[in-house]
Amino acid sequence: MEYEISLVTTMAISVLFALSLNLITGFCGQISLGHAAFLGVGAYTSGMLTKAGVPFLLTLPLAMLLAGALGVVVGLASLRVRADFLAITTMGVGFLFVGVVRQQEVLGAEMGISAIPDTGMSKAVFMLFAVALAAAAGLLSSYVRRCWMGRVFAAIAEDEDTVRVLGIDVPRFKLTAFALGTALAGLAGGLYAQQLKFIAPDSFGFIESITVLSMVVVGGIGSVIGVTVSAAVLSVLPSWFQVIGDYKLLVYGGLLFLMMRFSPGGMAALVARIFHPDRWAAK
Amino acid sequence: MSALLSVGAITVLFDGLTAISDVSFDVQQGELLGLIGPNGAGKTTMLRVITGVVRPTTGTVLLDGGSLDGLPTHLRIRRGLALSQQMVTPFRGMSLLDNVALAAGADKTASPVKALFHLRRERELETGRRLLSRLGIEPQANESPEIQPMGTLKRLELARALALAPRLLLLDEPLAGLNSKEARLLADTITEINRSGTTIILIEHNLGEVLRVCHRLVVLDNGEKIADGEPATVMNNAAVRAAYLGPGAAAQTGEQHAAA
Repeated sequence: MEYEISLVTTMAISVLFALSLNLITGFCGQISLGHAAFLGVGAYTSGMLTKAGVPFLLTLPLAMLLAGALGVVVGLASLRVRADFLAITTMGVGFLFVGVVRQQEVLGAEMGISAIPDTGMSKAVFMLFAVALAAAAGLLSSYVRRCWMGRVFAAIAEDEDTVRVLGIDVPRFKLTAFALGTALAGLAGGLYAQQLKFIAPDSFGFIESITVLSMVVVGGIGSVIGVTVSAAVLSVLPSWFQVIGDYKLLVYGGLLFLMMRFSPGGMAALVARIFHPDRWAAK
Repeated sequence: MSALLSVGAITVLFDGLTAISDVSFDVQQGELLGLIGPNGAGKTTMLRVITGVVRPTTGTVLLDGGSLDGLPTHLRIRRGLALSQQMVTPFRGMSLLDNVALAAGADKTASPVKALFHLRRERELETGRRLLSRLGIEPQANESPEIQPMGTLKRLELARALALAPRLLLLDEPLAGLNSKEARLLADTITEINRSGTTIILIEHNLGEVLRVCHRLVVLDNGEKIADGEPATVMNNAAVRAAYLGPGAAAQTGEQHAAA
C-alpha cells in the first residue's frame, strides 16, 4: 500500500506541476523551457521554512508567493522577446536557478536540503491533500479557460498584435498568466519537497523542465484533461520502467519532438480527430 | 462641427528616411474622410501613428481635444479608436462569432481581474450576431475563418472593429481584394455605418468608390500632404493629378515608389 500511496502522490504533484505550465504555455502561448526553476523555488522555500519550524501548511502560500513573484520577473522578459527568444530566455532562467542554488551554502549548495520535518499528516492524508490540490488546479484551469481571461489568453496565443488593436492590455494579461502558472508551480514544489524530504539543485534542472513541457505537449497544449492524463501517466513511467528513468531527457525530449512533428495538438487532438472527424475546432 | 481627431505637424523618420513630413489635418465629427495617395505615400504609416504603433519623430495627435501622444495602442483603442487592417487578421482558432464577441467584451477585458471574474457573454454574442448580420455574414457565424473567402474576411475585420463601438473608425483598404460588386456593397455598408454616427477615416485605392462615398479627401504623396478638400475639387488639383495621372511625372514617381 505504501508504494501505491507514494505513486499516487507523485502523480498528483506532477499533474499540478504540468497544469501550472499549461496555464502559461497552453493557454497563453508563452513557451517556457525553465519551468522547473519555479518548482525549485517553491520546494526550497517550503523546505527551508519547514526546517525553520514554520508549519508546513503555512509555507505553501509563501512558496506560491515567492515563485509567483519571480515568475512575474521572468514574465517581464516575455514582453520584450517572442517565441524562440523566449524559449532561450526561460531556458537561461532555469540554468541560472540551478547555478545560483549550487553556490549558496545556506541552501545546502550541491548537497541540497535533507531531513525536511514531517507535516503531521500521515502518508495517506498527504496523498489525499496532494490529489485535492491537483483537482483544484484542474478546476481552476477549466474555469480560467472558459472565462473572459481564457478567451483573451487564447487570442494572445494566436496573435498578440491583433489583441492589442482590440484595446486589450496584452502585457498585463501575459504577466497574469506567468504569475498564476509559476505560483502553482511553487505550490507543486512545496508538496514535492515534503514528499521526498530531500531536495537538491539537480531535481530542478533542464531535464525536469523538458519533462514537464513534454507532459503538456503530449497531453495537448491547452487541454486540461489531456494534460492531466499525460502528466499522471508520464510521471509514473520512470518508476515502472527503469530504462526511462535512465534516459529521461532522451525519452521525454523524443516524445516532445514526435508530438510536435506528428500531432501538434497532442493526444487531445488525436482523440478529438477520432471522435469528431468533421469538427473544425478539433484540428 | 468640431474636430474629433486632430493630426498636428506629424513627421516620421525611419532610419533617416522621411516617411511622413509635417502633415496636419483634422477629421470632423461625423465625417467620412478619404485618406488617399499613391503606394508608399505614407497613408498606412499615418494610420499607425494615429493608433500608436509608430511613434512620430515630431508632431501630435489629439482625439476630441485630448492628446494621444505617448499612449500605448490599447489605451488609444479604449479612448474610442478602432482599426480594420489591410491584411485581415482574424483569430483562426475561433469562429467568426467568437472573433466579434471578443471585441464586444471590451468592458470585461479591461483588466485581468475583471476578465477572471466574468464568465457569461450572452450580451457579447448578441452584439456579435447583430454585427455579423449587419455585414451580411451571419450565416457563417459559427464557421472557422480559415475556410472563408476574402470578401467574408474583410467584412469580419470590419465587424470586429465595429464591436468596439468606436468613435473614430480607421479603415485600411477595406475594399482591396474584392471584386467590383463586392466592393460597391461594402462601400455602401461603410456609408451606412457613417450615417449612423461613426466618424471614419478611409484609406483606399479604389478611387471610384472613394469619390462616391467620401465627404472630403486628404491626399498624401511622398510623405507630404498635397491636397485637402472636397473630392471634386481635390481631384481637379494639378498636384493630385500629377501624382496619380500626370504623364512623365506620374511614371517617374511610380517607379520611385516601386523601388521604395
